[in-house]
Amino acid sequence: MTEGFVTAVNGNMVSIQTEGIVTMNEVAYILVGERRLKSEVIRIRGTSVQAQVYEITKGIRVGNRVEFSNELLSVELGPGLLGQIYDGLQNPLPEIANKVGYFLEPGLYLRALPRDIKWHFTPLLRKGDVLKRGMGIGWVPERYFRHIIMMPFDLYGEWKVIEIAPEGDYTIDEAIAEVADSKGNKRHIRMCFSWPVKRAVDCYSERLKPSEPLVTKTRIIDTFFPVAKGGTYCIPGPFGAGKTVLQQVTSRHAEVDIVLIAACGERAGEVVETLKEFPQIIDPKTGRSLMERTVIICNTSSMPVAAREASVYTAVTIAEYYRQMGLDVLLLADSTSRWAQAMREMSGRLEEIPGEEAFPAYLESVIAAFYERAGIVRLYNGKEGSLTIGGTVSPAGGNFEEPVTQATLKVVGAFHGLSRERSDARKYPSIHPLDSWSKYDGIMPKSTVRYAHSFLERGAEISAMMKVVGEEGTSLEDYVIYLKSEFLDAVYLQQNSFDPVDAAVSPARQRHVFKLILKILAADIRFSDKEEARNFFYELRQTMLDLNGTPQDSDMFNALYNRVDAALVDREPEFDNRGLKLMSTLE
Amino acid sequence: MNKIYSRIESIVGNVIAVEAQDIAYGELAQVNTRYGASLAETIRLDGKMVYLQVFSGSRGISTGDEVRFLGHPMQVSFSDDLMGRIFDGAGEPRDGGPDLTENLITIAGPAVNPYQRIIPREMIRTGIPMIDVFNTLVKSQKLPIFSVSGEPYNPLLARIAMQAEVDLIILGGMGLKYDDYLFFKDTLEQGGSLSKTIMFVHTAADPIVECLMVPDISLAIAERFALKGKNVLVLLSDMTNFADALKEIAITQEQVPSNRGYPGDLYSQLAARYEKAVDFSDAGSITILAVTTMPGDDVTHPIPDNTGYITEGQFYLRDGHIEPFGSLSRLKQLVNAKTREDHRSIMDAMIKLFAAYRDTLEKKSMGFQMSAWDRKLLKYGELFEQRIMDLSVNIPLEKALDLCWETLAECFEPRETGLRSDLIQKFWIGKK
Ligand SMILES: Nc1ncnc2c1ncn2[C@@H]1O[C@H](COP(=O)(O)OP(=O)(O)O)[C@@H](O)[C@H]1O
Ligand SMILES: [Mg+2]
Repeated sequence: MTEGFVTAVNGNMVSIQTEGIVTMNEVAYILVGERRLKSEVIRIRGTSVQAQVYEITKGIRVGNRVEFSNELLSVELGPGLLGQIYDGLQNPLPEIANKVGYFLEPGLYLRALPRDIKWHFTPLLRKGDVLKRGMGIGWVPERYFRHIIMMPFDLYGEWKVIEIAPEGDYTIDEAIAEVADSKGNKRHIRMCFSWPVKRAVDCYSERLKPSEPLVTKTRIIDTFFPVAKGGTYCIPGPFGAGKTVLQQVTSRHAEVDIVLIAACGERAGEVVETLKEFPQIIDPKTGRSLMERTVIICNTSSMPVAAREASVYTAVTIAEYYRQMGLDVLLLADSTSRWAQAMREMSGRLEEIPGEEAFPAYLESVIAAFYERAGIVRLYNGKEGSLTIGGTVSPAGGNFEEPVTQATLKVVGAFHGLSRERSDARKYPSIHPLDSWSKYDGIMPKSTVRYAHSFLERGAEISAMMKVVGEEGTSLEDYVIYLKSEFLDAVYLQQNSFDPVDAAVSPARQRHVFKLILKILAADIRFSDKEEARNFFYELRQTMLDLNGTPQDSDMFNALYNRVDAALVDREPEFDNRGLKLMSTLE
Repeated sequence: MNKIYSRIESIVGNVIAVEAQDIAYGELAQVNTRYGASLAETIRLDGKMVYLQVFSGSRGISTGDEVRFLGHPMQVSFSDDLMGRIFDGAGEPRDGGPDLTENLITIAGPAVNPYQRIIPREMIRTGIPMIDVFNTLVKSQKLPIFSVSGEPYNPLLARIAMQAEVDLIILGGMGLKYDDYLFFKDTLEQGGSLSKTIMFVHTAADPIVECLMVPDISLAIAERFALKGKNVLVLLSDMTNFADALKEIAITQEQVPSNRGYPGDLYSQLAARYEKAVDFSDAGSITILAVTTMPGDDVTHPIPDNTGYITEGQFYLRDGHIEPFGSLSRLKQLVNAKTREDHRSIMDAMIKLFAAYRDTLEKKSMGFQMSAWDRKLLKYGELFEQRIMDLSVNIPLEKALDLCWETLAECFEPRETGLRSDLIQKFWIGKK
């Protein structure tokens, strides 16, 4: 084992003198009294090594001994991950609380997976079968999933099964198989193994193009700016615009198998909302608590900064592991800016030449590489698994021109830009309908969405013009278009996340309501004046808002739906042909 | 057995360097100069060199002055004797009272395990409708008051302190004007709250490094009292001075600035303090209200910007009142579902209409003809400003909610409010 000693301390960076062999990004422990503080090697120059310490560095002295582990920063993968709450280095926070109470303790590291649980293992192979890394050996039931026990991802080459355990109960430390390669090297396989977080898991036969929509049950996303399974998207927005609430809502309602929540450098209180509420919320699809499909990685703003940098990687690696079982996984990271800032802090201490706003020059490539870990893949067994990544961005001053937002926009497939103007006016979710975009196909035919969107565009133009020429200078025709766009905004784009019904809208319901909205948009109604037009649309809005709060399978829902329809038909409007045709595509 | 050194190798800004051995990062030293002694904290180790930040500044320090290492990090005394006392940023008495040296505790300790936190659940009533109705303050919340200089932020802070139901108030003053310090002291005294108050005050005339210590000391003491079951309200004024002190020190240490001269870790530095706000499940709590004056009234300035990302909302103080736009309590939804069933909806409806009123005002100022709808909005906006926004209004939440319904009924038809029909049925005053 390589050893060394501390020669300098500057913030959370230490310099170490060593004569031995050192690997980039390997973990080193700094010995301070009884404590062993974890750190990661981030620069090697001759016999001088710099490491970022994952703990408060107070108390470290020049001369303190350092032990190099010869292992990259890794996570432990195996059954027992679901429902866990980890810090950025995969320490289970509930167990830390059990051990030391209210506060975190520097240098206290616990095993990530429970060792005492016996998992019921069923083999999927026989003696003599040949395996590659990432292929299934057997499975155990974890929560309501079939957790595939796989060949460790770091066993490169082909291996033959020479021993396999019979169906039965085993802990993750017991060998369930033995394999040998062509040279006769033998390995025992256990149900858990580790993988370095900064290397993408690549045990699949091919990457596919994301095409199927990932349903979030938020109307403005699913209908207007959809996300695809295996795709990427970002949510930049100024503080208080609703990034976190939007991700919380998504983490509850998204139609995926597994959700990874990476609370990266933001408020601890928000994670608490999730981790206290999820165990109580029953997922209607599975009948099980939401916590059972969730893993929380929580390295909030007052926890050590270097571990914050690691936390997003810890999360994405666990996400890739579950994708490898043929599941649909969603990773929500809040906020990627805090991760970028952690990189900036370290880059400053290394005295690297700073780029824009003092971010390191490699910011863009690091962000790109992170989002590249998303994707839909075909596994060796022909099944498909997907990992979707959605990251919030917290731009300085709310200005999207800053480096992190710009670097992110270059690589993601959808952009949900939150607007201060809309959040100030309590128009939630405050995704700006004109600035945002998505490259993916959603749950509606694109042409219908484009038609509806054109009203938003024209409505915005007319509204801007009205600011100059006043209402009286606006034609009745334009004014009605403006009212239609406001109506669409109020009853469809806006959605009340705190209303039990409105918070999550199924694709079927979205289509049903959207059809009615298209009809309203397509209707050419004669009004005598603007006052009459406004009253008409306010009345419609009122009924639609009531409708949005009513469960779809109720009589009330149909009554309200028909009331809107009747109010429209009563005015004997003429219908725009294009709109009518589009409506029929939603049948 | 403390190590003593008598040669200072360099003095740059407020940082001195000595050649010393076996010093811990963060260790405290005492520097004895001909103008008296000052504490200094180890902020960097490099080979044999130890860099120390001198609390009272480096003015007058000579290279021949004596540096004595104390063998421990920054500590303060914690006991009930603190009640009613006033200290400076180095923890020394400012009120002529006795020195406290018992039961020393380390400041800036580790973070609370997120798993041990609980969901905030109790509203703190203030009697100010703009807070109680629209941006409810919640126990364990951390909230800044964004303000331009000249606004009555310290009086607002003092008023909330007096009216909020808490066991203990800790006031951390940073770069406080002497008059403002006296104002707090007198107001709390007259209100009979001084005996349950502890003050750590750094005034504008005091050395800048001491300004940095104020939040850590205040919060370390608050944490201990909270662990003993007390509900503590920490008032910090003004965090902008704290951030500026960070900037000054970073620049003299030649750190690469990230944004307008502020260090790249400004966010983490502020978060480390604000995140001390907490509600312990089987003990007390810490709630933080902090003034952040906005340089140039610019909310995108790095200090308010970073603060906004950290805190759980913010109160904007402008033209003597709390602005409905921009002001936000991120925790309000955790408590206002339990206050009264109309609370949430009426709060949103009132703000949406007020936003429309502001648009109309703009149109009016540009000389456009006012429609019937515009006239309704104008009436509404004026009533809203008088009845609800005025900071002198002091009424309980329920009265304030009723007042909202009254105001709506005076100005609008039910359907114009965007409120759901069931609420209108129940609460609308007059013809539905
Ligand atoms: N969809 C929503 N519905 C209602 N209120 C919302 C919604 N999104 C955000 N808010 C309000 O805005 C506040 C701030 O949202 P948050 O997600 O914390 O902002 P950010 O993460 O962008 O700083 C929330 O506490 C809530 O009061
Ligand atoms: Mg947030």
